[in-house]
Amino acid sequence: MTQVLAKADAGCATSNFLASALERLPGAGLVPHIRARAFEAYARAGLPHRRMEAWRYTDLRALIGEVLPLAPRPDAAALARAKASARRVAVDQAVKLVLVDGIFAPELSDLGELKNELHVQSLREVLENSATGAMAGLVLSTTDDAVIALNAAMASDGLVISIAEGNTIRRPIQIVQVATGSSVSAFTRSYLQLDKGAHATVVQSFISAEGASGYQANDVLIALAGDEASLSHLRIAADAADAVNISSGIIAVGTRAKLDLFSMTCSGSINRYQGFVTLGGEGSKLSANGVNLVKDKLHADTTIVVDHAVPHCTSRQKFRAVVDDCGRSVFQGRIVVRPVAQKTVASLSTRALLLSDQAAADNKPELEISADDVTCSHGATSGALDNNLVFYLRARGLSEMDAQMLLIKAFIGESIEEIFADNLRDFVTAQAEHWLQERL
Amino acid sequence: MVAVQETVERVRRIDVDQYRYGFETQIESDKAPKGLSEDTVRFISAKKNEPAWMLEWRLEAYRRWLTMTEPTWARVDYPKIDYQDIYYYAAPKPKKTLSSIDEIDPEILKTYEKLGIPLREVAILEGVEPPPGGPQTPNRKIAVDAVFDSVSVATTFQKELKAAGVIFMPISEAIREHPELVQKYLGTVVPTSDNYFATLNSAVFSDGSFVYVPPGVRCPMELSTYFRINERNTGQFERTLIIADKGSYISYLEGCTAPQRDENQLHAAVVELVTLDDAEIKYSTVQNWYPGNSEGKGGIYNFVTKRGDCRGKNSKISWTQVETGSAITWKYPSCILRGDNSSGEFYSIVISNGFQQVDSGTKMIHLGKNTSSRIISKGIAAGKSQNTYRGLVSAHRKATGARNYTACDSLLIGDKCGAHTVPYVEAKNSSATFEHEATTSKISEDVLFYCLQRGLSEQQAIGLVVNGFAKDVLQKLPMEFAVEAQKLISISLEGSVG
Repeated sequence: MTQVLAKADAGCATSNFLASALERLPGAGLVPHIRARAFEAYARAGLPHRRMEAWRYTDLRALIGEVLPLAPRPDAAALARAKASARRVAVDQAVKLVLVDGIFAPELSDLGELKNELHVQSLREVLENSATGAMAGLVLSTTDDAVIALNAAMASDGLVISIAEGNTIRRPIQIVQVATGSSVSAFTRSYLQLDKGAHATVVQSFISAEGASGYQANDVLIALAGDEASLSHLRIAADAADAVNISSGIIAVGTRAKLDLFSMTCSGSINRYQGFVTLGGEGSKLSANGVNLVKDKLHADTTIVVDHAVPHCTSRQKFRAVVDDCGRSVFQGRIVVRPVAQKTVASLSTRALLLSDQAAADNKPELEISADDVTCSHGATSGALDNNLVFYLRARGLSEMDAQMLLIKAFIGESIEEIFADNLRDFVTAQAEHWLQERL
Repeated sequence: MVAVQETVERVRRIDVDQYRYGFETQIESDKAPKGLSEDTVRFISAKKNEPAWMLEWRLEAYRRWLTMTEPTWARVDYPKIDYQDIYYYAAPKPKKTLSSIDEIDPEILKTYEKLGIPLREVAILEGVEPPPGGPQTPNRKIAVDAVFDSVSVATTFQKELKAAGVIFMPISEAIREHPELVQKYLGTVVPTSDNYFATLNSAVFSDGSFVYVPPGVRCPMELSTYFRINERNTGQFERTLIIADKGSYISYLEGCTAPQRDENQLHAAVVELVTLDDAEIKYSTVQNWYPGNSEGKGGIYNFVTKRGDCRGKNSKISWTQVETGSAITWKYPSCILRGDNSSGEFYSIVISNGFQQVDSGTKMIHLGKNTSSRIISKGIAAGKSQNTYRGLVSAHRKATGARNYTACDSLLIGDKCGAHTVPYVEAKNSSATFEHEATTSKISEDVLFYCLQRGLSEQQAIGLVVNGFAKDVLQKLPMEFAVEAQKLISISLEGSVG
């Protein structure tokens, strides 16, 4: 009974909310219709709650309760603050695309000499141009997940990037998403297409400008990596301490394509990264890794669903969580092997390190296997730092703190070292070390 | 790696169309009117001559059940059950008051003989050879409580058990004869409000076994209950309550079969175990309900709530299950590790064939200090079956020093079936150490090297190691009872997937 009421409440609140936001959202032709349908799908389900298996550990109804109103268009002052913050997370040699409060900011972005190799449009442009109407349907596609449907209804801007056949983009493309407001929400959606044999690295950084607080970010990235393409995607969430970030990645890869995913969450209040990867071409390879660095009251959830839809694909996943204070880390990994997907090789390892008595870690590594000639395995552990190891290092003259630092670094290093590019690995390591320093 | 031929053949031998217990006993029976209402609950309570408190307890459960909805989270799919189209009580009509085993309806005796379950007080079960060279075990006895549809028809060795102080009787009798014990423990492990099927059971359970082992007593023999569904359109709702008082030990076995029919029948049981300080219960199940035919028609819906409460310090509960039957299995024998230093174990082999759907596993809930648990689960899916392991391990804030080790492996035979693993590992205490692994490739390099060095091929070496491991699980079962399980003993899990 109460559940029904809650559902009606959730739907009701947002329906006014959508109506008031609609005039500010871009869209010509079929777009308003697509938004309305996506919104209906969201309203039917309401915010995800713990009785939904996929959201069992991250009950948004209890944790955030409501969706905040859409952030206003950033003014000059907001852009200036965003610029200062974006500089701090700049990845070495990367070309930069900046979204401020859910709106693309070309004045902060710089593609450098890649202008000619990359085809970049803002989502707003794509949705408002009726000539690209067919594209709108694809970019705004949804799944049965309510937060993805809500994103399709509310997406205000984002980037639509395509890389032509055989093109190798050597410099990383960094998309910096900055929040400058307080108690507002931003919905962004980006679309990335790598044609046959194209290579690219995309880094998504979520940050807050000084003074931003209590905001909600909802981002969706849809990526297609064509046959023999190679895509690296890093997501680094370093939001304000009281912010909510829910990001979803929907990624499909083609024959003999290669996909590297990495997700790091190191601050915020509620964070969820959900990645849905379909290995749709034979011989494709996935390496998905991530680190949750959790302290204070952060609730960090990483959920990865890998769908082995065809034979001869490989997926490897390594996730590590370090949890301190009253933090909670959640990892859910699901490997689906379809009946036709013979000769699949899939492995998944998830480990959590608990540093305080109030810390909690939930792991749910799931296997769903319908083919008989496959090798799949998963492992999950959780526990405290091994005192014997600390003692061993102390006996060699390290201080207690240094010994702990070294062991924690080695622990998360197991996952970070899977990042292929040196500069990105260094970048992530530096961020992780910064987190560790702050903790002490 | 795909399954080896030997495994394929062994699994084939217990395929759904090979079901040996599908016969029906022609016997007149006494039934409650079809359907479920407060009157049905009153009818069952009256049939059992229950005291008023028991009726009240049932009615409260019934009223609560009306407010609940059937759970849908398990990975099983079945048409909606019409709870008004079931007989909730069916008992063979007694011809007269029984004073000895010889007066039981010969049809029933014949049934149990056919099933290989001795209702006469014999020591050795049919079809079980004593181990070669082993002791002839003249004093190895098993006391059996036979439950036929809704009632217990016979309980053997009652005198001998009484001498040891052990109470072993149908729960309906215990409610009348030992109300203080039943009232103290019934519903304390699985509360009436626990889940949809347990609540239904609380309202309409008709019989089952009750065991109480007094402090310091090591039960002199294995106890066992054999459940048989015979009547058409009936549901079986039995309730088992086992209490091991301080420092006691008991080993209990459970088996079940049902006739072959085209319609589905519901079985919703509740088992509650309580161990006090230093006590141990070992609970074994060979579940062989009718699984449906090779087209997926008929079969038992097995929705069972089994839970043990390690209430005292240093207590131990160990679940062993061999599951081959039922169209649908929904069952999670669990341990609540409440007492400090208590430990829980779960050993399971689940084999699914035909159109069977299994969603089974365990829950290990660590509440006390220095508690430990161990989960070993092997799943084999063949035909068009779906076999899911679903297990929860959780450590609460105060469970300092909790430890768990979980290993679950599954094997698929053919590409029309599915094997799924859904572990939930939840740690709320930093000193809790949990390890979960689901892979068979993790055979120690040293062991393999040792075998290779002695001239075995790698395949043989893996076979040897894996086989030895599976036997470890099966040998937890008291073999005297588990004729069926013996067939499975050398199932090789080579080529299994996580």
